[in-house]
Amino acid sequence: MTPELFLQYLFAGITYGVIYAIVAIGFNIIYNTTGIINFAQGEFVMLGGMIAITMHSFMPLPLAIVVAVLITMVVGALIEIVFIRWLDSPSVLRMIIITIGLSILVREAALHIWGESVRALPYFIGNEVTSVSILGAKISPQVLWVIGVCSLMVAGLSLFFKFTSLGREMRACSANRRAATLCGINAKNMVTLSFVLSAGIGAVAGCVMSPITYSDYEMGPTLAIKGFTVAVIGGLGNSLAAVAAGLLLGIIEAFSISVLPLAFQDAIATSILLLILFIRPHGLFGSSDLASLKEF
Amino acid sequence: MKRGLNAVLTVVISFCLVAGFSLASVAKAENIKVGAILAVTGGASFLGGPEARTLEMMVEEINAKGGVNGNKIDLIIKDSGANPEKAISFTKQLIEEDKVFAILGPSTSGETMKIKNIVEEAKMILVSCAAAEVIVNPVAKYVFKTPQKDSHAVQKIYGTMKDLGITKIAVLTGNTGFGNAGKGQLEKIAPEFGIEILASEVYDKKATDLSAVVAKLMANKDIQAVVNWSIVPAQGILAKNMRQAGWDVPLFQSHGFGNIKYVEVGGAAAEGIIFPAGRLLVADILPDSNPQKALLIKYKNDYEAKYDDQVSTFGGHAYDALTILVAAIEKVGTDKEKVRDAIENMKGVAGTAGVFNFSPEDHNGLGLDAFEMLTVKDGKFAIYTK
Repeated sequence: MTPELFLQYLFAGITYGVIYAIVAIGFNIIYNTTGIINFAQGEFVMLGGMIAITMHSFMPLPLAIVVAVLITMVVGALIEIVFIRWLDSPSVLRMIIITIGLSILVREAALHIWGESVRALPYFIGNEVTSVSILGAKISPQVLWVIGVCSLMVAGLSLFFKFTSLGREMRACSANRRAATLCGINAKNMVTLSFVLSAGIGAVAGCVMSPITYSDYEMGPTLAIKGFTVAVIGGLGNSLAAVAAGLLLGIIEAFSISVLPLAFQDAIATSILLLILFIRPHGLFGSSDLASLKEF
Repeated sequence: MKRGLNAVLTVVISFCLVAGFSLASVAKAENIKVGAILAVTGGASFLGGPEARTLEMMVEEINAKGGVNGNKIDLIIKDSGANPEKAISFTKQLIEEDKVFAILGPSTSGETMKIKNIVEEAKMILVSCAAAEVIVNPVAKYVFKTPQKDSHAVQKIYGTMKDLGITKIAVLTGNTGFGNAGKGQLEKIAPEFGIEILASEVYDKKATDLSAVVAKLMANKDIQAVVNWSIVPAQGILAKNMRQAGWDVPLFQSHGFGNIKYVEVGGAAAEGIIFPAGRLLVADILPDSNPQKALLIKYKNDYEAKYDDQVSTFGGHAYDALTILVAAIEKVGTDKEKVRDAIENMKGVAGTAGVFNFSPEDHNGLGLDAFEMLTVKDGKFAIYTK
């Protein structure tokens, strides 16, 4: 394999990887505050992209993206307030079923609003054929946007959870909800906030990836499955582990193409997921003691 | 909570019952019931969506004019979501419960192949809107299809390659019924044109990035052109990934590329793509002598005026399916066997895909000339010239 080809695979892998990682982080934020997997996470990514595309016909691109992200955050908040907030100590299974139902609801609504056709945001820099050369490998500038924006979001989230009081309150809820409530933290508001946050980062991801992957109303479930795989591989609840796991899966998928037929690409993700579930059910970077304390 | 749930269920059930009764009361005895199984939602919705809209528009127009020989058409559209299992159960439902006169669709080749035997056994006329050649080869007595043949598309593509002096190619196909059928035809016909397939890859129908496989193929310097055979958005993604990687060999697509939306989302990367297609996409620039021109322009204008959507060849397949059925009923009345015979012997009926000339051996009825080689120029479809 020539160095150029190696780099070409590597960049393809990193692109897949960061997208998976962002979806996985969305899962993790909600998992941390509620203990559930929000299967409508992929729909937030879809909404971000689709709303931005619609807005873009009325306003410049940066504004359209900001508006799309804000609208998606409102949708995230509404979903939590209308469907989840009023439940008294719901079981994990019930919450999961609710989010699956919500994902179908959002998708059908999107089908009615936007129809079935594929759309895309324009490239942020250049157009469909522009490429930059990095050490002999040619990649689209949009790939750099995806990698850059997603890295910034991960860094921003880490800082948020570590250094702001709001972030610390959210972490307190995830560590022990009852103790957090006793300390005067409004746990219900934290849950709403977690939906808003994960809707927001999902929407940002949906906007930066739209020029590369296109957006359509049913892109959610495929992304959600990959994101879920990555979240499990990294260890549920751990966002930095999700980044590592996402990159790992993306790069393995990309390099697998050089030896295996392309058709097996998705089988690889599933095989790795199964392997992890058998060997290290708490994830590559998770701790088994911690996992045994959790309900799910 | 439980009581609330029960109340909701009661409301839902009673609503369904009311809806069911009201539908039943609309259907009158003399109406012709036509079933349609289309992938209105799901992975092939870009086929089923325009097809369903086209049929609704046409039936409205036919009924407004007083129907076919005075009989109005009742259109029953079932959304299969491109799921073969659903297509099977809808087929049984249409035959046994709705007792339809004929079935149009399904949208995809995979679904059509699953129900081919069911309609054949039930002696139910099926006019499929799916492309794969296996649907009518071998011929089944009651099964017809309107899209052009795969093998003709392949011959057109290989013919163009021969003109360009291309002999070594790579083939990419989507993992759908259409992709698999196309792959088979590409491999089968290649030797006749002296073409050698150096690499063949299959991708998932939901693939969102193909840059890794482009890198792999690009490393093989002998490849002179790429043929991509699928009906999914990956058609545009492949074009972008190739051009971004700086790989500028000609890219050929199948007749599945016949939707201007793929050109829009492909943007500058779609420029220069060469593909075979029916003449609907270039209706405006056809010579007036063309027998299809008047009907193509009428369909295009009607469709685009009624729906906020650009016309695609896929909706045209449904247009042709209903046109053929209606023409046969107009000729021989509402006897199923007679209508079947009338379709089989139909000659010179112009549709959107071409001029149909059916025969007992050919239940597709289109010749090689139904295809025109098109290319993308300045974001629009244009007739390809060397």
